[in-house]
Amino acid sequence: MEAAPPKILDDRAQWLRANLFSSPLNSALTILILVALALVVPKILSWALFNAVFAPDPQACRAAKGACWGFIVEKFRLMTFGTYPYEQQWRPLAVTILLLSLIGATMNLRLWGRRLWITWAICVPLMWILMRGGSIRIPWVLISGALVLTGLIGLARNIGFRDWRFISTLVLLLAGVYRFASSGVFDYPLFLATGMPLVETDKWGGLPLTLILSANGIVFSFPLAVALALGRRSELPVIRALSVGYIEIVRGVPLITVLFMASLMIPLFLPSGITVDKLLRAQIGFILFAAAYEAEVIRGGLQAVPKGQYEAADALGLSYWNKMGLIVLPQALKVVIPPMVNTFIGFFKDTSLVIIIGLFDLLGAVRLASSDVEWRIFYVEGLVFVALVYFAFCYTMAVYARRLETHLNVTTGR
Amino acid sequence: MLKRSLIAVATATLALGICTTANAGSRLDAVKARGQLVCGVNTGLAGFALADSTGKWTGIDVDLCRAIAASMFGDAEKVRYVPLNTQQRFTALQTGEVDILSRNTTWTLTRDTQQGLNFAATLYYDGQGFMVAKKLGVKSAKELDGAAVCVQPGTTTELNLADYFRANNMKFKPVVIENLQEVNAAFFAGRCDVLTTDASGLAAILTKDAPNKGADHVILPELISKEPLGPAVAQGDEQWIDIVRWTIFALLEAEEYGISSTNVEQLAKDTTNPNIARILGKTPGMGKAIGLPEDWVVRAVKAVGNYGQMWDRHIKPLGLPRGLNNLWNKGGLMYAPPIR
Repeated sequence: MEAAPPKILDDRAQWLRANLFSSPLNSALTILILVALALVVPKILSWALFNAVFAPDPQACRAAKGACWGFIVEKFRLMTFGTYPYEQQWRPLAVTILLLSLIGATMNLRLWGRRLWITWAICVPLMWILMRGGSIRIPWVLISGALVLTGLIGLARNIGFRDWRFISTLVLLLAGVYRFASSGVFDYPLFLATGMPLVETDKWGGLPLTLILSANGIVFSFPLAVALALGRRSELPVIRALSVGYIEIVRGVPLITVLFMASLMIPLFLPSGITVDKLLRAQIGFILFAAAYEAEVIRGGLQAVPKGQYEAADALGLSYWNKMGLIVLPQALKVVIPPMVNTFIGFFKDTSLVIIIGLFDLLGAVRLASSDVEWRIFYVEGLVFVALVYFAFCYTMAVYARRLETHLNVTTGR
Repeated sequence: MLKRSLIAVATATLALGICTTANAGSRLDAVKARGQLVCGVNTGLAGFALADSTGKWTGIDVDLCRAIAASMFGDAEKVRYVPLNTQQRFTALQTGEVDILSRNTTWTLTRDTQQGLNFAATLYYDGQGFMVAKKLGVKSAKELDGAAVCVQPGTTTELNLADYFRANNMKFKPVVIENLQEVNAAFFAGRCDVLTTDASGLAAILTKDAPNKGADHVILPELISKEPLGPAVAQGDEQWIDIVRWTIFALLEAEEYGISSTNVEQLAKDTTNPNIARILGKTPGMGKAIGLPEDWVVRAVKAVGNYGQMWDRHIKPLGLPRGLNNLWNKGGLMYAPPIR
């Protein structure tokens, strides 16, 4: 007698049994979830699609049973660009596209290099000029001063600052500066006319504002965070104490209070008549706040690097900066990618807190749009829209981080 | 060394670039030199200040700023709007970030005296009211003992509510919800018996948010507080507050004398009424007295219309009766001192 051949189930049935009905408990859970879906999904679909109104007509929306996507259609530009002047909205659109493609390029590790950083360095002021427009005051005295200073330092390095040639150059230069200063030439402002109407930063809004705040926040807080993390593990007591103090104080207060300080208290401390741009105040608040959180994440990475690595670097006679820059940080930063992305995603969403200081980021612009009496009963649709946009960005970040991790692990063969 | 000095220079550049020094001295001169009026407005309140679908600010508070800009520069667009929330608004005025706060702010003694600001005039007489469902059968706020009241947390609404119930020996259960849309939704879903906010808000809620076109709900007759809303400026600049105050008065005078955006230019040329001639600068003197061009009222009315036109454009669509905000000779409180 031969044993009956094992019964061959087709693939699908096998998959179902393995994944959904592997035990009585799992079978029960599967059925429960299917019933729940059957109850909920048709309702969601009929609200979001079958009974929805897509035309921007508030009366039709009020009559319909479903969602009013016409609200999004009607207010799309207000939601996307906030109160930026309507006819000029190609500018924030261009900035958004430029910024997104720059971020996209930066996400490709193969493009990393001097050329990419130079592109960033050119594009950031370009984006600022494009957004702001008007005539931009060029601080030519400072720029030329910096150039002259650079030249002087170079000269001093080559020939030493006791050399007669250096001394005579310096004397001539000082005499020249004195001569021109008394004629008032340094008071002449130099303006770059962009030919585009001026749009002050407090009119910036919507998606570009969210992207600008979070991109700048992430880019500028990161180096500060590395410095703080290194400072916290430094052997110099003063630096360590300062870093610990900074991190603990900033982590100990909510972001909303930092923004409040930045927007309400700082103007009161400044001498009367001097105002610092509101967006800049918020941006700096964000950077300082994000840095404290990221510093702790990076410290975790630093501690995860085996002690042997530090000792090996010391044994090679590397200086502190070489040790950190070449041996420790590359390993530490790789370890902290997942928690770091977690922090970044958190901050991307935290930018919506700028609404409390009267800036309309994406969420703020949607709330502004839903203050319109004709449309405000459809505020839920606005929130669904903004949730989808946030999800798209955050999910992209998460997927990218996962790919980055795999990629880095492959290259080191771990 | 090189790197460090470059960083130092860059920092200094940045610091200089971001600090903008405003002109100390007279606010009028500062605004003229800037060529633009900076106006603090609400972050979004229908009828008063709201960005429309193209992002342009509209509303009665916004129109006041436009009128002042028009009378100063002949161009109502020369205004920069700074949206301010309730916490920021006075700081923004004290620090000189805004020239004028035109943000539905209630004129009270402490604000006028201790906060370093002065109110120019009343632009809008508001008051807090109640809305209930008709099926409750309530006819007066005095019958609301023990009710659950939906209220937004904030400046005076909550306090007025508590004061009113205490003064009338009644109890209530507050249901506090921050967001306007959510508090409305909670009320219409039956989570509370009563909704309270400013009367201007209630009327809009009844016409636009209530189910069944408002047929099932009613606004009770009592107003439990006085809320004279008006623009404020920083203390210590008499000329500037005069300009704001008399712009409002001029808009009211214009309505009283039948001057509107359509006929103002005609009247300015060939009126025979001595009052209108003075107001519109045909008989010169008023402009010089206030420090503006002689045709300041012509410019303002041409840009935004008279007070009644402003009302019809922004407040009437919300479904509000003119009530207290009518002219004094039509049963309201709006009474402008004469321009002479």
